[in-house]
Amino acid sequence: MSTKPFNAIGIGVTFSPNLKANIYEAARLSLMFNSRLILIHVGEKSSDKEAKFQSILESFTSDDLDVELVFKLGKTVDVILSASKEKSIDLLILGALQRENFLKYYVGSIARKITRRAECSVLLLVKPSEERVQCEHVVVNGLKDPKTEQTISLAFYVAHTLGADKVTVVEEITEEELAIKVEDDKSLRMANIAKERIRLRENSRVKRIIENIPRTYTNDIAIKSQPIFGQKGYSIGHYAQIARADLLVMNAPSKMTFWDRLFPHDIEHILTELPTDVLIIQ
Amino acid sequence: MSQNKSSISTFVKTLPKNIFAGFVVSLIALPLGLGLAMASEAPPIAGIIAAVVGGVVVSIFGGSHVTIAGPGNGLVGVLLVAITTLGLESTYAAVICSGILLAVLGFLRMGKLADFFPSSAIQGMLAAIGLIILGKQFHIMLAHKIKREDTIDYLLEIPYTINDAVHYNNEGLIFAAIAGVLSLAIMMFYPKIRNKYLQLIPAPMWIVILSVAFSYYFELVEHEANPIDQLYMISGIPEFNDIIAQLPSVDFSKIGSFSFWSSVLALTLIASIESLLSIKAVDKLDPEKRRSNVNLDLKALGLATIGSGFLGGLNVVTVIARSSVNVNNSATNRSSNFFHATFLVIFIVLFSTQLTRIPLPALMAILVFTGYKLASPKTIRNIFSIGKEQLIIFFVTLFVTLKVGLITGILSGVITTFIIHVLINRSSSLFLRNVLKPNVLMYQEEQGRNYYISVKHFCSFLNFYRLKQKLEVIPENQDVIIDFSLCEFVDNTVMENLNNYRNLFIKRGGHFDVVGLDLHDADSKHPFALRRLLPVPNIVKSSLTKRQNNMQEIATDYALIYQSKKEKTTHFLDAFHFFRTKSTHHIYNQLLTKNEVLKIFDIEFSEGEFIAKETVRTTMLYVALGKRIPEFTLDREGFLEKVYAFAGFKDIPIQEHSDFNRRFYLLGEDEDAIKTFFNDDIIHFFESNPYYHIESNGNALLVFSKERLASTKEIKTLFDFGKRLKNVIS
Repeated sequence: MSTKPFNAIGIGVTFSPNLKANIYEAARLSLMFNSRLILIHVGEKSSDKEAKFQSILESFTSDDLDVELVFKLGKTVDVILSASKEKSIDLLILGALQRENFLKYYVGSIARKITRRAECSVLLLVKPSEERVQCEHVVVNGLKDPKTEQTISLAFYVAHTLGADKVTVVEEITEEELAIKVEDDKSLRMANIAKERIRLRENSRVKRIIENIPRTYTNDIAIKSQPIFGQKGYSIGHYAQIARADLLVMNAPSKMTFWDRLFPHDIEHILTELPTDVLIIQ
Repeated sequence: MSQNKSSISTFVKTLPKNIFAGFVVSLIALPLGLGLAMASEAPPIAGIIAAVVGGVVVSIFGGSHVTIAGPGNGLVGVLLVAITTLGLESTYAAVICSGILLAVLGFLRMGKLADFFPSSAIQGMLAAIGLIILGKQFHIMLAHKIKREDTIDYLLEIPYTINDAVHYNNEGLIFAAIAGVLSLAIMMFYPKIRNKYLQLIPAPMWIVILSVAFSYYFELVEHEANPIDQLYMISGIPEFNDIIAQLPSVDFSKIGSFSFWSSVLALTLIASIESLLSIKAVDKLDPEKRRSNVNLDLKALGLATIGSGFLGGLNVVTVIARSSVNVNNSATNRSSNFFHATFLVIFIVLFSTQLTRIPLPALMAILVFTGYKLASPKTIRNIFSIGKEQLIIFFVTLFVTLKVGLITGILSGVITTFIIHVLINRSSSLFLRNVLKPNVLMYQEEQGRNYYISVKHFCSFLNFYRLKQKLEVIPENQDVIIDFSLCEFVDNTVMENLNNYRNLFIKRGGHFDVVGLDLHDADSKHPFALRRLLPVPNIVKSSLTKRQNNMQEIATDYALIYQSKKEKTTHFLDAFHFFRTKSTHHIYNQLLTKNEVLKIFDIEFSEGEFIAKETVRTTMLYVALGKRIPEFTLDREGFLEKVYAFAGFKDIPIQEHSDFNRRFYLLGEDEDAIKTFFNDDIIHFFESNPYYHIESNGNALLVFSKERLASTKEIKTLFDFGKRLKNVIS
């Protein structure tokens, strides 16, 4: 992991009621990660708009925030994706929508398309706010996947930077992995032994990954690893909700085909039902 | 090897018990088998064949332990339709096909099939089957054979039959009717008589013995013919040799027809539902607390049904009444099922001529009683007490089953249930959007190794199998906590099933707690009533949840006062550090000692404001000390360290207690006072007890552990901890 994983942070901005909160969140993160902030607006460039953005950013200019405004015409999804490529953005911030009169959040169709196709990491915010809300608990997936090592170390970097005090590494263990169907007392006993073995194996795997992370990031954080048994992707979101996590960090999905959308798994579950802020690491 | 040897020796040791149990069961199986077969309009011996084949095959290949297999009540209705539309020989073919399907279900591990039916719909279907049996046999019991097109007509004609029976002139008919009424009386009053010699022989066998004795009395003593009309005597019980020699011809020619396959499907459906429900029920009775392999049993039942069909028998299912008699007579393994079959064979070989001396009305009285049991007003009352809406489901299923058929009936029950659920929630999207989501999360908590299960969205008969799947993999001697606080709707099928699981866990030394239903509303006081999460919680709740009832029990047990209502005044909490950044909404479910020194309560509070607001519900213990102690916070190392570090506190080391220092985090302003307060007794107490977050505000303590509601077991532990802590401190 490089010492500074997020050089440029991008955010798509439109004139919505959430504009101020979105920009505040993005600006704060840019300051914390010491990175450049790029505001992407889909539409004509005008001095009027520019002035408006600048006025919102005013309170951050004293902190030497490096901001760039990009105006571009075209389809929202394409503009944001191409702009993030051109400006080599490392982290793209997207806002989520809230289901009417319920405390449930989901990702709108545009943000979803961007998430699927983005080549950089994506941060989905469920409740952007102007005031800073302390991030205390980060949940990260510990799937057995080549990407996981990087994801976990980035999660610790983010947790450290945001001042979180607890990181939980969740290992999702699927039914198939267990390979024993419980039918009677004997198979139940076997399954429990197998589960315990998997649990120990997963714990030691995660522990090894954590040992490779620089001490500065892990020192003052309480680390917990929690194996859960359930559907990949969905269960971790459910867990994050119960554990009242402030940020969920996940691997980016390997590849997306038509079938993946039809039979949702992994990240797609999270997108329909955002439990909390979600950071998808590319 | 030694394990094998010991299991063989226990097998041999328990053999006499199992032989006896098998014998008693065969006494019931004989009349029931004959009766059920005759009620289905099959030759009476067909029921015995099913019982014998079932007993042998299932005891060898089955996966359950103390169940009995044989012809079932539920199938009477379907078999009756099959035999009247297809004819007997094609029905045997249908039985064979349904056996194949049943075995396939077993191979596909479809043991969970029965979970997809709402319990009220199943009740309605069983009641309908009961009425079908009762309606048809009632007339025969009163020696008044009639033939009607519709099942409902049979029921409607019951008063006429009674009227006719009272005015019989034919002596043969009068005697037949008297035999029927007396037998019914025996069935009804037998359970009320508490005589240990009388109870040695089951009621159905008494009927058989008495009627055979009656017939011999006339023949040997009075030298007269049996006064009961010959039309109303059992006919066509073949000699044992004939059964072997004359296998019925099985007619597969109708295999292409629609009515054939609808019979096969109905047979398979009812056979699997009846068997699965019975296996589950018998597992609860098993004194050795074993778990049945449902899928293996389905395969064995399928195989037995195939065999039975070829030999001219009925479908083989697991039957609850005979199985419970089996357990009551201390059967310990499958061999009793085998012996029940053996004794049946012996009966047929030795007594097949005597069996023809049984009057038909006597036999049918047994069935009338079984039918009545299935459709008794008690069932309806019970369902009504769960909720009015359940009654609608029940009656829709009942009438459609009677009017159209079993499969249509159960389907209409499922559809009605779904529609009612949608109406109650005023939303179909809750179900449609979430039905395919894997909404159940289970993990083992690090502290205490509890199994924690959280259910999201909704939990009804549509997706109960997911929850069940998780529950099935937990050993029953463990502690389970099911949290429904994220679940908007829980239906009564789930509540009922969970109650079964609770009983199972309690019986086997585990604990099973359901939390998070306190905010849900139910229409009735019944513990199985369906529950819906209210957007605005009611001030006055109409009923208590199981957990609240448990708390009430704890209150009486420990001589505490219990208050379930919400209380908004929570100023006694304000002085605690923990609540400085939180706003408390209310406390509820309070358990307090008479002097209000110890107080356990559920609390709802929120962190943050407006959009960042998060509502938390947890259980806490408040201990009033009545003396000044220093203010401090004690917790596991590293849990809340950060939060308090902001306030300028840091960990206070206690000298000569490195273990305590390593494991606990102690914070407070007045370091010296805290150091003197934490003497050896107090430190030893904390070191040797479970971890809790403990806060002192100077004259009271606040103790809690998790950011979720506590289960009843945890409440007891917490209370005990508080009591001892108070003793140590004062």
